[in-house]
Amino acid sequence: MTNGGFNGEGVYAIYRFEMARALRTLWQSLVTPVITTALYFVVFGAAIGSRMTDMDGISFGAFIVPGLTLLSVFMQSIFNASFGIYFPKFTGTIYELLSAPISSLETVLAYVGAAVTKSMVLALVTLATATLFVDVRVEHPLLMLMFLFLITTAFCLLGFVIGIWAQNFEQLQIIPMLIVTPLTFLGGAFYSISALAEPWRTVTLFNPVVYLISGFRWTFFGVADVPVWASVAVMLAIIAACLTAIIWVFRTGYRLKQ
Amino acid sequence: MTDAILSIRGLRKAYASGTEALKAVDLDIRRGEIFALLGPNGAGKTTLINIVCGIVTPSGGTVLVDGKDHLEDYRHARSRIGLVPQELTTDAFESVLSTVTFSRGLFGKRRDPAKIETLLKRLSLWDKRKAKMMELSGGMKRRVMIAKALSHEPDILFLDEPTAGVDVELRRDMWDIVRKLKSDGTTIILTTHYIEEAEEMADRVGVISRGELIAAEDKHVLMQKLGRKTLKLTLAEPMAEIPGELAEWNLELEDEGHILCYRFDTNAEKTGVPSLLRRVSDLGIGFKDLSTRQSSLEDIFVGLVHEERAK
Ligand SMILES: Nc1ncnc2c1ncn2[C@@H]1O[C@H](COP(=O)(O)OP(=O)(O)O)[C@@H](O)[C@H]1O
Ligand SMILES: [Mg+2]
Repeated sequence: MTNGGFNGEGVYAIYRFEMARALRTLWQSLVTPVITTALYFVVFGAAIGSRMTDMDGISFGAFIVPGLTLLSVFMQSIFNASFGIYFPKFTGTIYELLSAPISSLETVLAYVGAAVTKSMVLALVTLATATLFVDVRVEHPLLMLMFLFLITTAFCLLGFVIGIWAQNFEQLQIIPMLIVTPLTFLGGAFYSISALAEPWRTVTLFNPVVYLISGFRWTFFGVADVPVWASVAVMLAIIAACLTAIIWVFRTGYRLKQ
Repeated sequence: MTDAILSIRGLRKAYASGTEALKAVDLDIRRGEIFALLGPNGAGKTTLINIVCGIVTPSGGTVLVDGKDHLEDYRHARSRIGLVPQELTTDAFESVLSTVTFSRGLFGKRRDPAKIETLLKRLSLWDKRKAKMMELSGGMKRRVMIAKALSHEPDILFLDEPTAGVDVELRRDMWDIVRKLKSDGTTIILTTHYIEEAEEMADRVGVISRGELIAAEDKHVLMQKLGRKTLKLTLAEPMAEIPGELAEWNLELEDEGHILCYRFDTNAEKTGVPSLLRRVSDLGIGFKDLSTRQSSLEDIFVGLVHEERAK
Protein backbone atom coordinates (compact mmCIF):
# COMPACT_ATOMS: atom_id res chain seq x y z
CA MET A 1 0.00 0.00 0.00
CA THR A 2 1.46 3.34 -0.99
CA ASN A 3 -0.40 5.19 1.73
CA GLY A 4 -1.28 3.01 4.70
CA GLY A 5 -4.88 4.03 5.11
CA PHE A 6 -6.41 4.31 1.68
CA ASN A 7 -5.99 2.18 -1.44
CA GLY A 8 -6.26 5.03 -3.93
CA GLU A 9 -4.53 3.04 -6.66
CA GLY A 10 -7.11 0.30 -6.26
CA VAL A 11 -10.03 2.71 -6.46
CA TYR A 12 -8.54 4.32 -9.53
CA ALA A 13 -7.93 0.94 -11.19
CA ILE A 14 -11.58 -0.09 -10.80
CA TYR A 15 -12.81 3.35 -11.85
CA ARG A 16 -10.72 3.25 -15.02
CA PHE A 17 -11.83 -0.29 -15.76
CA GLU A 18 -15.49 0.69 -15.47
CA MET A 19 -15.07 3.80 -17.58
CA ALA A 20 -13.24 1.81 -20.25
CA ARG A 21 -16.15 -0.63 -20.31
CA ALA A 22 -18.58 2.23 -20.85
CA LEU A 23 -16.52 3.65 -23.70
CA ARG A 24 -16.39 0.24 -25.33
CA THR A 25 -20.16 0.04 -25.17
CA LEU A 26 -20.88 3.68 -25.92
CA TRP A 27 -23.98 2.89 -27.97
CA GLN A 28 -25.54 1.00 -25.16
CA SER A 29 -24.41 3.25 -22.34
CA LEU A 30 -25.02 6.65 -23.94
CA VAL A 31 -26.31 6.83 -27.49
CA THR A 32 -29.33 4.54 -27.17
CA PRO A 33 -30.71 6.05 -23.93
CA VAL A 34 -30.23 9.60 -25.27
CA ILE A 35 -32.06 8.78 -28.50
CA THR A 36 -34.89 7.07 -26.63
CA THR A 37 -35.44 10.06 -24.38
CA ALA A 38 -35.05 12.46 -27.31
CA LEU A 39 -37.97 10.70 -29.01
CA TYR A 40 -40.25 11.83 -26.16
CA PHE A 41 -38.99 15.38 -26.59
CA VAL A 42 -39.70 15.24 -30.32
CA VAL A 43 -43.21 13.86 -29.86
CA PHE A 44 -44.35 15.83 -26.80
CA GLY A 45 -42.29 18.92 -27.41
CA ALA A 46 -41.99 19.63 -31.08
CA ALA A 47 -44.87 17.57 -32.52
CA ILE A 48 -47.91 17.64 -30.24
CA GLY A 49 -46.59 19.82 -27.41
CA SER A 50 -48.45 22.89 -28.65
CA ARG A 51 -51.78 21.08 -28.30
CA MET A 52 -51.18 20.13 -24.66
CA THR A 53 -52.15 22.53 -21.90
CA ASP A 54 -49.40 24.23 -19.96
CA MET A 55 -48.42 22.78 -16.57
CA ASP A 56 -47.86 25.27 -13.76
CA GLY A 57 -47.50 27.91 -16.44
CA ILE A 58 -44.74 26.03 -18.26
CA SER A 59 -45.13 24.69 -21.79
CA PHE A 60 -45.77 20.95 -21.70
CA GLY A 61 -42.73 20.15 -23.84
CA ALA A 62 -40.42 21.87 -21.39
CA PHE A 63 -42.29 20.63 -18.33
CA ILE A 64 -41.57 16.97 -19.05
CA VAL A 65 -37.83 17.44 -19.67
CA PRO A 66 -36.61 17.09 -16.05
CA GLY A 67 -38.82 14.07 -15.33
CA LEU A 68 -37.94 12.20 -18.51
CA THR A 69 -34.26 12.96 -18.05
CA LEU A 70 -34.52 11.49 -14.58
CA LEU A 71 -36.32 8.40 -15.85
CA SER A 72 -33.39 7.73 -18.12
CA VAL A 73 -30.95 8.53 -15.32
CA PHE A 74 -32.73 6.15 -12.91
CA MET A 75 -32.63 3.28 -15.37
CA GLN A 76 -29.07 3.78 -16.54
CA SER A 77 -27.76 4.36 -13.02
CA ILE A 78 -29.25 1.10 -11.87
CA PHE A 79 -28.12 -0.82 -14.95
CA ASN A 80 -24.62 0.58 -14.87
CA ALA A 81 -23.93 0.13 -11.20
CA SER A 82 -25.63 -3.25 -10.93
CA PHE A 83 -23.89 -4.64 -13.99
CA GLY A 84 -20.50 -3.40 -12.79
CA ILE A 85 -20.60 -5.61 -9.70
CA TYR A 86 -22.89 -8.37 -11.04
CA PHE A 87 -20.71 -9.22 -14.01
CA PRO A 88 -17.56 -10.17 -12.08
CA LYS A 89 -19.79 -12.25 -9.85
CA PHE A 90 -21.21 -13.93 -12.94
CA THR A 91 -17.89 -14.61 -14.67
CA GLY A 92 -15.99 -15.42 -11.49
CA THR A 93 -13.45 -12.61 -11.82
CA ILE A 94 -14.74 -11.29 -8.50
CA TYR A 95 -12.16 -13.57 -6.87
CA GLU A 96 -9.62 -10.87 -7.58
CA LEU A 97 -11.65 -8.12 -5.94
CA LEU A 98 -12.31 -10.28 -2.89
CA SER A 99 -8.64 -11.14 -2.52
CA ALA A 100 -7.42 -7.57 -2.99
CA PRO A 101 -6.38 -5.23 -0.15
CA ILE A 102 -9.32 -2.94 -0.79
CA SER A 103 -11.99 -2.00 1.75
CA SER A 104 -15.71 -2.22 1.11
CA LEU A 105 -15.98 1.55 1.18
CA GLU A 106 -13.23 1.88 -1.42
CA THR A 107 -14.93 -0.73 -3.58
CA VAL A 108 -18.23 1.15 -3.42
CA LEU A 109 -16.50 4.44 -4.06
CA ALA A 110 -14.87 3.04 -7.21
CA TYR A 111 -17.88 1.26 -8.72
CA VAL A 112 -20.48 3.81 -7.71
CA GLY A 113 -18.14 6.68 -8.55
CA ALA A 114 -17.76 5.37 -12.09
CA ALA A 115 -21.50 4.77 -12.43
CA VAL A 116 -22.27 8.29 -11.15
CA THR A 117 -19.84 9.78 -13.66
CA LYS A 118 -21.57 7.92 -16.50
CA SER A 119 -25.04 8.94 -15.31
CA MET A 120 -24.05 12.58 -14.97
CA VAL A 121 -22.68 12.58 -18.50
CA LEU A 122 -25.83 10.89 -19.73
CA ALA A 123 -28.06 13.42 -17.97
CA LEU A 124 -26.17 16.41 -19.31
CA VAL A 125 -26.11 15.05 -22.86
CA THR A 126 -29.83 14.29 -22.62
CA LEU A 127 -30.58 17.82 -21.39
CA ALA A 128 -28.43 19.29 -24.15
CA THR A 129 -30.34 17.22 -26.69
CA ALA A 130 -33.62 18.42 -25.23
CA THR A 131 -32.73 22.03 -26.02
CA LEU A 132 -32.73 21.10 -29.69
CA PHE A 133 -36.44 20.32 -29.59
CA VAL A 134 -37.97 22.31 -26.76
CA ASP A 135 -37.35 25.56 -25.02
CA VAL A 136 -35.87 24.73 -21.59
CA ARG A 137 -34.35 27.10 -19.13
CA VAL A 138 -32.48 26.28 -15.93
CA GLU A 139 -33.15 28.74 -13.17
CA HIS A 140 -30.66 27.34 -10.67
CA PRO A 141 -27.87 25.64 -12.66
CA LEU A 142 -25.64 24.95 -9.68
CA LEU A 143 -28.46 23.47 -7.62
CA MET A 144 -29.53 21.49 -10.67
CA LEU A 145 -26.08 19.87 -10.80
CA MET A 146 -26.17 19.20 -7.08
CA PHE A 147 -29.60 17.59 -7.30
CA LEU A 148 -28.45 15.54 -10.24
CA PHE A 149 -25.38 14.42 -8.35
CA LEU A 150 -27.37 13.33 -5.29
CA ILE A 151 -30.00 11.56 -7.37
CA THR A 152 -27.48 9.67 -9.50
CA THR A 153 -25.57 8.74 -6.34
CA ALA A 154 -28.76 7.40 -4.76
CA PHE A 155 -29.69 5.29 -7.78
CA CYS A 156 -26.16 4.07 -8.46
CA LEU A 157 -25.98 2.89 -4.84
CA LEU A 158 -29.33 1.20 -5.33
CA GLY A 159 -27.99 -0.39 -8.51
CA PHE A 160 -24.93 -1.64 -6.65
CA VAL A 161 -27.16 -3.29 -4.04
CA ILE A 162 -29.25 -4.89 -6.78
CA GLY A 163 -26.10 -6.13 -8.53
CA ILE A 164 -24.99 -7.89 -5.36
CA TRP A 165 -28.45 -9.29 -4.67
CA ALA A 166 -29.17 -10.52 -8.21
CA GLN A 167 -28.38 -14.12 -9.03
CA ASN A 168 -29.32 -14.01 -12.69
CA PHE A 169 -29.85 -11.48 -15.45
CA GLU A 170 -33.59 -11.51 -14.99
CA GLN A 171 -33.37 -10.37 -11.39
CA LEU A 172 -31.00 -7.66 -12.56
CA GLN A 173 -33.76 -6.16 -14.68
CA ILE A 174 -36.77 -6.74 -12.45
CA ILE A 175 -36.45 -3.73 -10.16
CA PRO A 176 -35.77 -1.09 -12.81
CA MET A 177 -38.51 -2.44 -15.08
CA LEU A 178 -41.15 -3.38 -12.56
CA ILE A 179 -40.68 -0.77 -9.89
CA VAL A 180 -38.70 2.24 -11.03
CA THR A 181 -40.41 2.80 -14.39
CA PRO A 182 -43.98 2.71 -13.02
CA LEU A 183 -43.03 4.86 -10.04
CA THR A 184 -41.55 7.42 -12.41
CA PHE A 185 -44.53 7.49 -14.78
CA LEU A 186 -46.87 7.80 -11.80
CA GLY A 187 -44.49 10.14 -10.03
CA GLY A 188 -45.25 13.25 -11.99
CA ALA A 189 -42.90 12.90 -14.94
CA PHE A 190 -45.74 14.01 -17.24
CA TYR A 191 -47.92 16.06 -14.92
CA SER A 192 -47.96 18.18 -11.84
CA ILE A 193 -49.48 16.18 -8.98
CA SER A 194 -51.52 19.21 -8.00
CA ALA A 195 -53.55 18.35 -11.10
CA LEU A 196 -54.59 15.06 -9.50
CA ALA A 197 -57.87 14.58 -7.65
CA GLU A 198 -58.00 13.15 -4.15
CA PRO A 199 -57.34 10.46 -2.99
CA TRP A 200 -54.74 10.00 -5.74
CA ARG A 201 -52.92 13.12 -4.77
CA THR A 202 -52.31 11.83 -1.24
CA VAL A 203 -51.50 8.33 -2.43
CA THR A 204 -48.94 9.76 -4.83
CA LEU A 205 -47.14 11.43 -1.97
CA PHE A 206 -46.01 7.97 -0.81
CA ASN A 207 -44.06 7.60 -4.03
CA PRO A 208 -40.48 8.71 -3.33
CA VAL A 209 -39.88 9.45 -7.00
CA VAL A 210 -42.39 12.34 -6.76
CA TYR A 211 -40.00 14.15 -4.46
CA LEU A 212 -37.02 13.59 -6.72
CA ILE A 213 -38.78 14.82 -9.87
CA SER A 214 -40.39 17.75 -8.08
CA GLY A 215 -37.11 18.91 -6.61
CA PHE A 216 -35.22 18.48 -9.84
CA ARG A 217 -37.90 20.31 -11.80
CA TRP A 218 -37.79 23.13 -9.26
CA THR A 219 -34.14 23.79 -10.16
CA PHE A 220 -35.31 24.36 -13.75
CA PHE A 221 -38.52 26.34 -13.41
CA GLY A 222 -38.72 27.39 -9.78
CA VAL A 223 -42.03 25.57 -9.22
CA ALA A 224 -42.41 22.46 -7.11
CA ASP A 225 -45.14 20.01 -6.07
CA VAL A 226 -43.61 19.36 -2.69
CA PRO A 227 -41.29 21.48 -0.52
CA VAL A 228 -37.69 21.47 -1.75
CA TRP A 229 -36.42 20.42 1.68
CA ALA A 230 -38.60 17.30 1.44
CA SER A 231 -36.98 16.46 -1.90
CA VAL A 232 -33.53 16.79 -0.37
CA ALA A 233 -34.59 14.67 2.61
CA VAL A 234 -35.84 11.86 0.35
CA MET A 235 -32.62 11.83 -1.66
CA LEU A 236 -30.52 11.64 1.47
CA ALA A 237 -32.78 8.93 2.90
CA ILE A 238 -32.35 6.76 -0.20
CA ILE A 239 -28.59 7.24 -0.08
CA ALA A 240 -28.50 6.38 3.63
CA ALA A 241 -30.67 3.28 3.17
CA CYS A 242 -28.53 1.97 0.31
CA LEU A 243 -25.28 2.65 2.16
CA THR A 244 -26.62 0.78 5.19
CA ALA A 245 -27.54 -2.18 3.00
CA ILE A 246 -24.11 -2.18 1.36
CA ILE A 247 -22.25 -2.00 4.66
CA TRP A 248 -24.32 -4.92 5.92
CA VAL A 249 -23.59 -6.91 2.75
CA PHE A 250 -19.86 -6.45 3.09
CA ARG A 251 -19.90 -7.21 6.82
CA THR A 252 -21.72 -10.48 6.34
CA GLY A 253 -20.33 -11.44 2.94
CA TYR A 254 -23.94 -11.87 1.77
CA ARG A 255 -24.00 -13.29 -1.78
CA LEU A 256 -20.38 -12.36 -2.32
CA LYS A 257 -18.52 -14.90 -0.23
CA GLN A 258 -19.32 -18.46 0.78
CA MET B 1 7.77 -22.41 14.33
CA THR B 2 10.07 -19.44 14.11
CA ASP B 3 10.15 -18.74 10.43
CA ALA B 4 6.58 -19.39 9.35
CA ILE B 5 5.37 -16.86 6.81
CA LEU B 6 1.92 -18.38 7.04
CA SER B 7 0.53 -19.92 10.17
CA ILE B 8 -2.83 -21.68 10.14
CA ARG B 9 -4.47 -22.87 13.35
CA GLY B 10 -7.66 -24.83 13.83
CA LEU B 11 -9.03 -23.70 10.49
CA ARG B 12 -12.54 -24.98 9.88
CA LYS B 13 -15.09 -24.49 7.14
CA ALA B 14 -18.63 -25.77 6.91
CA TYR B 15 -20.40 -24.52 3.78
CA ALA B 16 -24.01 -23.42 3.94
CA SER B 17 -24.91 -26.73 2.29
CA GLY B 18 -23.60 -28.49 5.40
CA THR B 19 -20.44 -29.86 3.77
CA GLU B 20 -17.58 -29.89 6.23
CA ALA B 21 -14.81 -28.92 3.84
CA LEU B 22 -12.14 -28.35 6.48
CA LYS B 23 -11.90 -29.91 9.93
CA ALA B 24 -9.52 -28.00 12.21
CA VAL B 25 -6.46 -27.76 9.99
CA ASP B 26 -3.11 -26.69 11.48
CA LEU B 27 -0.36 -25.83 9.04
CA ASP B 28 2.79 -23.72 8.95
CA ILE B 29 4.37 -22.62 5.72
CA ARG B 30 8.03 -21.71 5.88
CA ARG B 31 9.42 -18.59 4.32
CA GLY B 32 10.74 -19.22 0.84
CA GLU B 33 9.66 -22.83 0.45
CA ILE B 34 7.59 -24.54 -2.20
CA PHE B 35 4.80 -26.35 -0.44
CA ALA B 36 2.57 -28.79 -2.29
CA LEU B 37 -0.87 -29.54 -0.95
CA LEU B 38 -1.69 -32.98 -2.24
CA GLY B 39 -5.14 -34.49 -2.13
CA PRO B 40 -7.93 -35.95 -4.24
CA ASN B 41 -10.79 -33.88 -5.62
CA GLY B 42 -13.03 -32.54 -2.92
CA ALA B 43 -10.38 -32.84 -0.21
CA GLY B 44 -10.60 -29.16 0.71
CA LYS B 45 -7.53 -27.74 -1.04
CA THR B 46 -9.35 -24.90 -2.79
CA THR B 47 -11.33 -24.11 0.34
CA LEU B 48 -8.10 -23.76 2.33
CA ILE B 49 -6.54 -21.45 -0.24
CA ASN B 50 -9.69 -19.39 -0.66
CA ILE B 51 -9.95 -18.80 3.06
CA VAL B 52 -6.38 -17.59 3.28
CA CYS B 53 -6.96 -15.29 0.30
CA GLY B 54 -10.16 -13.80 1.72
CA ILE B 55 -12.60 -15.31 -0.79
CA VAL B 56 -14.26 -17.75 1.59
CA THR B 57 -15.19 -16.90 5.18
CA PRO B 58 -13.83 -19.44 7.69
CA SER B 59 -16.17 -21.07 10.22
CA GLY B 60 -13.41 -21.08 12.81
CA GLY B 61 -9.70 -20.87 13.41
CA THR B 62 -7.03 -18.31 12.59
CA VAL B 63 -4.64 -17.50 9.79
CA LEU B 64 -1.55 -15.40 10.44
CA VAL B 65 0.30 -13.91 7.49
CA ASP B 66 3.75 -12.96 8.66
CA GLY B 67 2.45 -12.81 12.19
CA LYS B 68 -0.64 -10.70 11.50
CA ASP B 69 -4.23 -11.86 11.45
CA HIS B 70 -5.47 -12.18 7.89
CA LEU B 71 -8.89 -10.70 8.66
CA GLU B 72 -8.02 -7.96 11.12
CA ASP B 73 -4.98 -6.89 9.12
CA TYR B 74 -6.42 -7.80 5.74
CA ARG B 75 -4.60 -5.05 3.86
CA HIS B 76 -1.26 -6.28 5.12
CA ALA B 77 -2.09 -9.90 4.41
CA ARG B 78 -3.63 -9.45 1.00
CA SER B 79 -1.06 -7.06 -0.40
CA ARG B 80 1.52 -9.77 0.21
CA ILE B 81 -0.42 -12.63 -1.35
CA GLY B 82 -0.97 -13.46 -5.00
CA LEU B 83 -3.52 -16.04 -6.13
CA VAL B 84 -3.87 -18.01 -9.33
CA PRO B 85 -7.26 -19.67 -8.90
CA GLN B 86 -8.21 -23.08 -10.16
CA GLU B 87 -10.76 -21.81 -12.68
CA LEU B 88 -9.70 -19.73 -15.66
CA THR B 89 -11.80 -16.64 -15.10
CA THR B 90 -10.85 -13.59 -17.07
CA ASP B 91 -12.41 -10.46 -18.51
CA ALA B 92 -12.95 -11.53 -22.10
CA PHE B 93 -12.79 -8.04 -23.59
CA GLU B 94 -9.72 -6.80 -21.77
CA SER B 95 -6.27 -6.88 -23.31
CA VAL B 96 -3.45 -8.76 -21.61
CA LEU B 97 -1.63 -5.55 -20.79
CA SER B 98 -4.65 -3.74 -19.38
CA THR B 99 -5.82 -6.65 -17.23
CA VAL B 100 -2.37 -7.11 -15.69
CA THR B 101 -2.01 -3.36 -15.15
CA PHE B 102 -5.45 -3.39 -13.53
CA SER B 103 -4.40 -6.10 -11.08
CA ARG B 104 -1.35 -4.17 -9.96
CA GLY B 105 -3.46 -1.09 -9.27
CA LEU B 106 -6.18 -3.07 -7.53
CA PHE B 107 -3.59 -4.37 -5.10
CA GLY B 108 -2.55 -0.83 -4.26
CA LYS B 109 0.72 -0.61 -6.17
CA ARG B 110 1.74 2.47 -8.08
CA ARG B 111 1.63 2.13 -11.87
CA ASP B 112 4.92 0.90 -13.23
CA PRO B 113 4.89 0.07 -16.95
CA ALA B 114 8.52 -1.06 -16.85
CA LYS B 115 7.78 -3.67 -14.16
CA ILE B 116 4.76 -4.93 -16.06
CA GLU B 117 6.84 -5.20 -19.21
CA THR B 118 9.50 -7.24 -17.42
CA LEU B 119 6.83 -9.51 -15.95
CA LEU B 120 5.08 -10.08 -19.29
CA LYS B 121 8.36 -10.81 -21.03
CA ARG B 122 9.31 -13.27 -18.35
CA LEU B 123 6.05 -15.14 -18.90
CA SER B 124 6.42 -14.96 -22.70
CA LEU B 125 3.35 -12.77 -22.90
CA TRP B 126 4.86 -9.56 -24.21
CA ASP B 127 4.08 -10.36 -27.86
CA LYS B 128 0.49 -10.97 -26.88
CA ARG B 129 0.08 -7.87 -24.75
CA LYS B 130 -2.48 -6.31 -27.06
CA ALA B 131 -4.51 -9.48 -27.54
CA LYS B 132 -7.91 -9.66 -25.90
CA MET B 133 -8.30 -12.36 -23.29
CA MET B 134 -10.96 -14.15 -25.33
CA GLU B 135 -8.49 -14.58 -28.18
CA LEU B 136 -6.04 -16.54 -26.04
CA SER B 137 -5.69 -20.30 -25.64
CA GLY B 138 -6.27 -21.90 -22.26
CA GLY B 139 -2.55 -22.19 -21.59
CA MET B 140 -1.99 -18.54 -22.45
CA LYS B 141 -4.86 -17.50 -20.21
CA ARG B 142 -3.28 -19.34 -17.34
CA ARG B 143 -0.03 -17.47 -17.96
CA VAL B 144 -1.95 -14.19 -17.85
CA MET B 145 -3.53 -15.24 -14.57
CA ILE B 146 -0.07 -15.90 -13.20
CA ALA B 147 1.03 -12.48 -14.43
CA LYS B 148 -1.98 -10.90 -12.72
CA ALA B 149 -1.17 -12.70 -9.49
CA LEU B 150 2.46 -11.55 -9.65
CA SER B 151 1.75 -8.00 -10.78
CA HIS B 152 1.87 -6.58 -7.26
CA GLU B 153 5.09 -8.43 -6.39
CA PRO B 154 3.68 -10.69 -3.66
CA ASP B 155 5.83 -12.61 -1.20
CA ILE B 156 3.45 -15.55 -1.19
CA LEU B 157 2.00 -17.10 -4.31
CA PHE B 158 -0.86 -19.57 -4.33
CA LEU B 159 -1.25 -21.78 -7.38
CA ASP B 160 -4.44 -23.80 -7.26
CA GLU B 161 -4.04 -26.81 -9.55
CA PRO B 162 -1.69 -24.95 -11.88
CA THR B 163 -1.26 -27.86 -14.26
CA ALA B 164 -4.84 -29.06 -14.54
CA GLY B 165 -5.69 -29.22 -18.21
CA VAL B 166 -2.32 -27.89 -19.25
CA ASP B 167 -0.18 -29.48 -21.97
CA VAL B 168 3.25 -30.95 -21.28
CA GLU B 169 5.16 -27.99 -22.63
CA LEU B 170 3.32 -25.43 -20.59
CA ARG B 171 3.65 -27.65 -17.56
CA ARG B 172 7.41 -27.62 -17.96
CA ASP B 173 7.38 -23.84 -18.42
CA MET B 174 5.22 -23.53 -15.35
CA TRP B 175 7.76 -25.38 -13.26
CA ASP B 176 10.55 -23.20 -14.61
CA ILE B 177 8.56 -20.14 -13.58
CA VAL B 178 7.95 -21.57 -10.14
CA ARG B 179 11.62 -22.38 -9.63
CA LYS B 180 12.63 -18.88 -10.72
CA LEU B 181 10.14 -17.35 -8.32
CA LYS B 182 11.48 -19.46 -5.52
CA SER B 183 15.03 -18.35 -6.25
CA ASP B 184 13.77 -14.75 -5.97
CA GLY B 185 12.54 -15.59 -2.48
CA THR B 186 8.83 -16.03 -3.15
CA THR B 187 7.04 -18.57 -1.01
CA ILE B 188 4.89 -20.83 -3.17
CA ILE B 189 1.96 -22.97 -2.19
CA LEU B 190 0.47 -25.13 -4.89
CA THR B 191 -2.19 -27.80 -4.95
CA THR B 192 -2.24 -30.91 -7.04
CA HIS B 193 -3.63 -34.38 -7.10
CA TYR B 194 -0.60 -35.87 -8.78
CA ILE B 195 2.02 -37.37 -6.49
CA GLU B 196 4.64 -37.01 -9.22
CA GLU B 197 4.02 -33.31 -9.42
CA ALA B 198 4.38 -32.82 -5.69
CA GLU B 199 7.52 -34.93 -5.77
CA GLU B 200 9.08 -33.02 -8.61
CA MET B 201 8.37 -29.52 -7.40
CA ALA B 202 7.96 -29.23 -3.69
CA ASP B 203 10.28 -28.90 -0.73
CA ARG B 204 7.56 -30.06 1.58
CA VAL B 205 4.31 -31.85 0.95
CA GLY B 206 1.04 -31.76 2.86
CA VAL B 207 -1.48 -34.50 2.32
CA ILE B 208 -5.10 -33.54 2.73
CA SER B 209 -8.08 -35.83 2.63
CA ARG B 210 -11.70 -35.10 3.49
CA GLY B 211 -10.86 -31.81 5.11
CA GLU B 212 -8.10 -33.21 7.30
CA LEU B 213 -4.42 -32.59 6.90
CA ILE B 214 -3.08 -36.07 7.51
CA ALA B 215 0.58 -35.34 6.93
CA ALA B 216 2.84 -32.37 6.29
CA GLU B 217 6.44 -33.32 5.91
CA ASP B 218 9.63 -32.91 4.07
CA LYS B 219 9.18 -34.31 0.59
CA HIS B 220 11.78 -37.05 0.96
CA VAL B 221 10.37 -38.28 4.23
CA LEU B 222 6.87 -38.36 2.84
CA MET B 223 7.87 -39.99 -0.43
CA GLN B 224 9.37 -42.84 1.56
CA LYS B 225 6.12 -43.22 3.38
CA LEU B 226 4.33 -43.10 0.08
CA GLY B 227 6.70 -45.57 -1.59
CA ARG B 228 4.31 -48.44 -1.36
CA LYS B 229 3.59 -50.98 -4.01
CA THR B 230 1.08 -53.70 -4.49
CA LEU B 231 2.05 -57.16 -5.76
CA LYS B 232 -0.74 -59.10 -7.42
CA LEU B 233 -0.64 -62.78 -8.15
CA THR B 234 -3.27 -64.07 -10.57
CA LEU B 235 -3.93 -67.60 -9.32
CA ALA B 236 -4.33 -70.70 -11.46
CA GLU B 237 -7.12 -71.91 -9.17
CA PRO B 238 -9.32 -69.58 -7.16
CA MET B 239 -8.72 -69.70 -3.44
CA ALA B 240 -11.46 -69.71 -0.80
CA GLU B 241 -9.29 -68.43 2.02
CA ILE B 242 -5.69 -67.55 2.67
CA PRO B 243 -3.71 -70.48 4.12
CA GLY B 244 -2.34 -69.99 7.63
CA GLU B 245 1.20 -70.45 6.31
CA LEU B 246 0.87 -67.09 4.54
CA ALA B 247 -0.50 -65.19 7.52
CA GLU B 248 2.66 -63.19 8.21
CA TRP B 249 2.34 -61.27 4.92
CA ASN B 250 -1.14 -59.89 5.63
CA LEU B 251 -2.42 -60.83 2.21
CA GLU B 252 -5.79 -60.05 0.77
CA LEU B 253 -7.91 -61.86 -1.75
CA GLU B 254 -9.53 -60.01 -4.62
CA ASP B 255 -11.72 -60.85 -7.55
CA GLU B 256 -13.51 -63.73 -5.80
CA GLY B 257 -10.30 -65.47 -4.84
CA HIS B 258 -8.63 -65.21 -8.22
CA ILE B 259 -6.09 -62.60 -7.17
CA LEU B 260 -3.78 -62.58 -4.19
CA CYS B 261 -2.63 -59.08 -3.15
CA TYR B 262 0.39 -58.11 -1.14
CA ARG B 263 1.10 -54.51 -0.18
CA PHE B 264 4.70 -53.73 0.59
CA ASP B 265 7.09 -50.90 1.17
CA THR B 266 9.75 -50.49 -1.51
CA ASN B 267 11.98 -48.64 0.92
CA ALA B 268 11.97 -51.32 3.57
CA GLU B 269 15.11 -53.33 4.10
CA LYS B 270 13.21 -56.51 3.40
CA THR B 271 10.24 -56.15 1.13
CA GLY B 272 9.09 -59.68 1.83
CA VAL B 273 8.53 -60.36 -1.84
CA PRO B 274 11.15 -63.10 -2.46
CA SER B 275 10.22 -64.97 0.72
CA LEU B 276 6.53 -64.75 -0.14
CA LEU B 277 7.08 -66.15 -3.62
CA ARG B 278 9.21 -68.96 -2.20
CA ARG B 279 6.52 -69.86 0.35
CA VAL B 280 3.82 -69.75 -2.33
CA SER B 281 5.68 -72.18 -4.55
CA ASP B 282 6.52 -74.40 -1.54
CA LEU B 283 2.79 -74.64 -0.88
CA GLY B 284 2.23 -75.65 -4.47
CA ILE B 285 -0.01 -72.65 -5.23
CA GLY B 286 0.10 -72.05 -8.94
CA PHE B 287 -0.15 -68.60 -10.49
CA LYS B 288 -0.54 -67.48 -14.08
CA ASP B 289 0.59 -63.92 -13.79
CA LEU B 290 2.38 -61.53 -11.49
CA SER B 291 2.37 -57.75 -11.42
CA THR B 292 3.44 -54.95 -9.17
CA ARG B 293 2.28 -51.37 -9.29
CA GLN B 294 2.75 -48.14 -7.41
CA SER B 295 0.00 -47.67 -4.89
CA SER B 296 -2.48 -45.10 -6.10
CA LEU B 297 -3.03 -41.89 -4.23
CA GLU B 298 -6.27 -43.32 -2.92
CA ASP B 299 -4.43 -46.36 -1.52
CA ILE B 300 -1.94 -44.08 0.13
CA PHE B 301 -4.61 -41.97 1.73
CA VAL B 302 -6.25 -45.08 3.04
CA GLY B 303 -2.89 -46.18 4.39
CA LEU B 304 -2.15 -42.83 6.00
CA VAL B 305 -5.60 -42.54 7.49
CA HIS B 306 -5.22 -46.03 9.01
CA GLU B 307 -1.87 -45.07 10.44
CA GLU B 308 -3.34 -41.89 11.85
CA ARG B 309 -6.17 -43.83 13.52
CA ALA B 310 -3.80 -46.46 14.86
CA LYS B 311 -1.75 -43.83 16.71
N1 LIG C 1 -19.34 -23.21 -2.56
C1 LIG C 1 -19.50 -24.41 -2.01
N2 LIG C 1 -20.66 -24.74 -1.44
C2 LIG C 1 -20.84 -25.95 -0.89
N3 LIG C 1 -19.90 -26.92 -0.87
C3 LIG C 1 -18.70 -26.64 -1.42
C4 LIG C 1 -18.44 -25.38 -2.03
N4 LIG C 1 -17.17 -25.39 -2.50
C5 LIG C 1 -16.68 -26.61 -2.20
N5 LIG C 1 -17.59 -27.37 -1.55
C6 LIG C 1 -17.39 -28.73 -1.05
O1 LIG C 1 -16.33 -28.72 -0.13
C7 LIG C 1 -15.49 -29.83 -0.31
C8 LIG C 1 -14.08 -29.36 -0.60
O2 LIG C 1 -14.04 -28.74 -1.85
P1 LIG C 1 -12.73 -28.08 -2.44
O3 LIG C 1 -12.12 -27.22 -1.39
O4 LIG C 1 -13.09 -27.42 -3.71
O5 LIG C 1 -11.81 -29.34 -2.70
P2 LIG C 1 -10.54 -29.54 -3.65
O6 LIG C 1 -10.07 -28.19 -4.06
O7 LIG C 1 -9.56 -30.26 -2.79
O8 LIG C 1 -10.99 -30.35 -4.80
C9 LIG C 1 -16.12 -30.65 -1.42
O9 LIG C 1 -16.91 -31.64 -0.81
C10 LIG C 1 -16.96 -29.67 -2.16
O10 LIG C 1 -18.07 -30.30 -2.74
MG1 LIG D 1 -9.82 -27.46 -5.94
